[in-house]
Amino acid sequence: MTTASAKTHRTAEEIGRTTTGPRPLPELGSQRAPAELSSVDTVLPNGLRVIAVRRSTVPMVEVRLRVPFADPAGSTTGSLHAAAAEILANTVLTGTESRTRVQIDTELALVGGELDAVVDPERLSFTGNALATGLGTVLDVLRDVLTSASYPAEEVERERGRLVERITLARSQPSVIAREALQKLLYGDHPYAKEMPEADEVAAVSREDVVALHAKALLPRGSVLVLVGDVEPAEAVAQVGEALAAWQGEGEAVQLPPLPPVKGGDVRLVHRVGAVQSQIRLAAQVIPRTDERYPALQLANLVYGGFFSSRLVENIREDKGYTYSARSHPEFTIHGATLLIDADTASDVTAAALLETRYELARMGMVPPSQSEVDVARSYAVGTLLTSTSSQSGLASFLVNLVALGLGIDYLVEHPQRLQTVTPEQVAAAALEFFAPGNFTGVLVGDAEQLKPKLAALGGVSFQ
Amino acid sequence: MASPELHRFTLPNGLRVVLAPDASAPVVGVSVHYDVGFRSEPEGRTGFAHLFEHLMFQGSESLEKLAHFRHVQSSGGTFNGSTHPDYTDYYQVLPSAALERALFLEADRMRAPKLTEENLRNQIDVVKEEIRLNVLNRPYGGFPWILLPPVLFKTFANAHNGYGDFVDLESATVDDCAEFFDTYYSPSNAVLTVAGDLDVERTKALVEKHFGDVPARPKPERPSFAEPAPQGEVRQEHGDPLAPLPAIAIGYRVPDPVTDVDGYLAYLVLAGVLTDGDGSRLQQRLVHREGIVIDLNAGCGLFGPLEARDPDTFSITAIHSTEVTPDQVITAIDEELQKLAQEPPSAEELAKVTARWASTMHKEHDRLTNRTLGLGSAELLFGRAELIYELPERIASVSVDEVSAAAKALRPDSRALLLVKPTGGAQ
Repeated sequence: MTTASAKTHRTAEEIGRTTTGPRPLPELGSQRAPAELSSVDTVLPNGLRVIAVRRSTVPMVEVRLRVPFADPAGSTTGSLHAAAAEILANTVLTGTESRTRVQIDTELALVGGELDAVVDPERLSFTGNALATGLGTVLDVLRDVLTSASYPAEEVERERGRLVERITLARSQPSVIAREALQKLLYGDHPYAKEMPEADEVAAVSREDVVALHAKALLPRGSVLVLVGDVEPAEAVAQVGEALAAWQGEGEAVQLPPLPPVKGGDVRLVHRVGAVQSQIRLAAQVIPRTDERYPALQLANLVYGGFFSSRLVENIREDKGYTYSARSHPEFTIHGATLLIDADTASDVTAAALLETRYELARMGMVPPSQSEVDVARSYAVGTLLTSTSSQSGLASFLVNLVALGLGIDYLVEHPQRLQTVTPEQVAAAALEFFAPGNFTGVLVGDAEQLKPKLAALGGVSFQ
Repeated sequence: MASPELHRFTLPNGLRVVLAPDASAPVVGVSVHYDVGFRSEPEGRTGFAHLFEHLMFQGSESLEKLAHFRHVQSSGGTFNGSTHPDYTDYYQVLPSAALERALFLEADRMRAPKLTEENLRNQIDVVKEEIRLNVLNRPYGGFPWILLPPVLFKTFANAHNGYGDFVDLESATVDDCAEFFDTYYSPSNAVLTVAGDLDVERTKALVEKHFGDVPARPKPERPSFAEPAPQGEVRQEHGDPLAPLPAIAIGYRVPDPVTDVDGYLAYLVLAGVLTDGDGSRLQQRLVHREGIVIDLNAGCGLFGPLEARDPDTFSITAIHSTEVTPDQVITAIDEELQKLAQEPPSAEELAKVTARWASTMHKEHDRLTNRTLGLGSAELLFGRAELIYELPERIASVSVDEVSAAAKALRPDSRALLLVKPTGGAQ
């Protein structure tokens, strides 16, 4: 980059070789098994399932409470559930009979703690952590908000206004635009499709509606609380039992109603004026995590687009440079699973990227994953399960999601064993069944003016 | 957590090595930090340091294109790289059986990366997609890390866009890559960190085996990027057609974290007092009491605290309602800073910030990726990997008067104001 003068550096060719020449890749060493986890899994008299796991790597404790919180109505048309649930999640931590918003924050902060609540179409989730010595404080705050959240009128009013602005902000993000369009295409007016309320719905929900929703839906039975950290599991469970005994309620927390199956079809183009990049989002119905064929599907998905060394990434990123981010991944609900494919590509190569994405889907069935592709995927699946659950927070989040799907902590030991026994034939069968391009439908968000000519020529795309 | 033992040595070729054994889980992290970031890229080559980071994954003498990814992932591991103002890092986190493999992969590209025209053109396309994804096609793209530096700083090194201009990226040549590698990617300009499930003596032997014959090259002289703090208040507007709401970023200078880390930490504590949690000063006032701000942040360093050398930035950012002017928000912030300057925060306010930082550091250390990278960057920037374990205590020793003095130093007459205006109209 300097000009003229004497050259002070080697050429790229000189840099790229040594007198020794290429060297062999070292073999893997022997792998030590992870230490066995000490845990307790029990159901409290109020119906709350509690799982406590000891992992004392740092003097912290992670808390996850997951309350099924679906809209009991079969259709979102005319339902204010999503809006009420969103306001509830944003105000449940703003005051109780004995604590103000600032007091809650102060008490948690003094034990190095945090507690947040978020809601989605399936569940209300409380996520927290603190220094392990502060577990009592976190549990007491949790008890307080679960049993006596007061929804102060001025807090509800202010959060309502803020929520409308935050929804506007979220909907300006192309990834959110694409996600909403995809969910609507797949599930129509099913509650699962409604991840964010509309502004007028937020305005129509009263403080009393939120209080009533809390009383009716924030229930211990059917919910699960996971604790991971520098704690003795039995003591921690006893502590939770004592702290949350006062949390009572009639009936059981509401699970998501069954979902209509995803059927293959045209990709729907969603116009976004002046977009310089498009979001490709495809989806197909697959099998749940509890299905015996799931390990084979998991490996097939990795080979397709589930990690960097996949056919899709190597094709549309590393060979053609169409994208920075392309991936495929399963998404689970209590009823089943879908396989989602995401890629963001510049407008002028969007149609070509969609073509390659479909080509690689078809190739999964026609040229099934080789033994070596399956082995790479298998090692990755086993290894990343180990690395992703080696931290307290990673393990806590992983466990709470597993439990919701009807699985338990045994999965951490048993699933790697299942993965070891999967054969290339089983992966080929999963690839043929689940990756057929005709199984997929989806959306494509981008500038229609620029995209239309090529997409029309490619076919399988519908224009609104 | 008891402060873990650290082992340090330097190879004859100048490579500094930090080993941080911890047997709590059978996983290991390996990282290499090179002492070059986007502040070092020359004019006309904005974004080059980041583009070059991409090329380091494209193959080396013993590894074909794509092999690096496959070898890491087939060992059950994850990898990444990232480019910062003052350094570029690369890492793998894997089951500990793959330790030697990870060292081999890092050594091979430190010794002899394959820099080809084809890979360069491919990665220019990929980087352009990355920039479209993270900047051009989304609201608040590059806010504030790309948009604030040109307001706060005057020199090219400090002010320019580290993601790069498309024209500059497209102008990059293979020979630029060769020169950049030979100048900056010498073993004497790098720190290798290995953390997690490892045996110290065996790891030392493996490091010597794989990195020992990486040829020594001179350590490049590190230029000073120092420049004077802004004279007065420098204001700049930025139109964002995709943003639905206006936003502001206020940038100030902070003490040099290398020569005055405790002085720097006072600003970190101040950031907590201002914006961490519902009870913090600015959250309470702007978000909850007045309800004029939707999203609020304050902190040291545009990539996080202690992630760059001098000159570094203290920033306050807010996305605010269209019903108020930016100056109303700025005035309210100035009033709160004024109050803290006149009367120090309470001991309880500091205790909250201190306890939350202790937790944050524990959580960071519990994630092996973060611990490995944290040790490496602290060793590279401060010559002291153990700094990351000392931080909770050093943060706890910041006094209320030091926080008050930091608030006083955030003066309106020496700062940058970036105002993001939505220009897309109603959508």
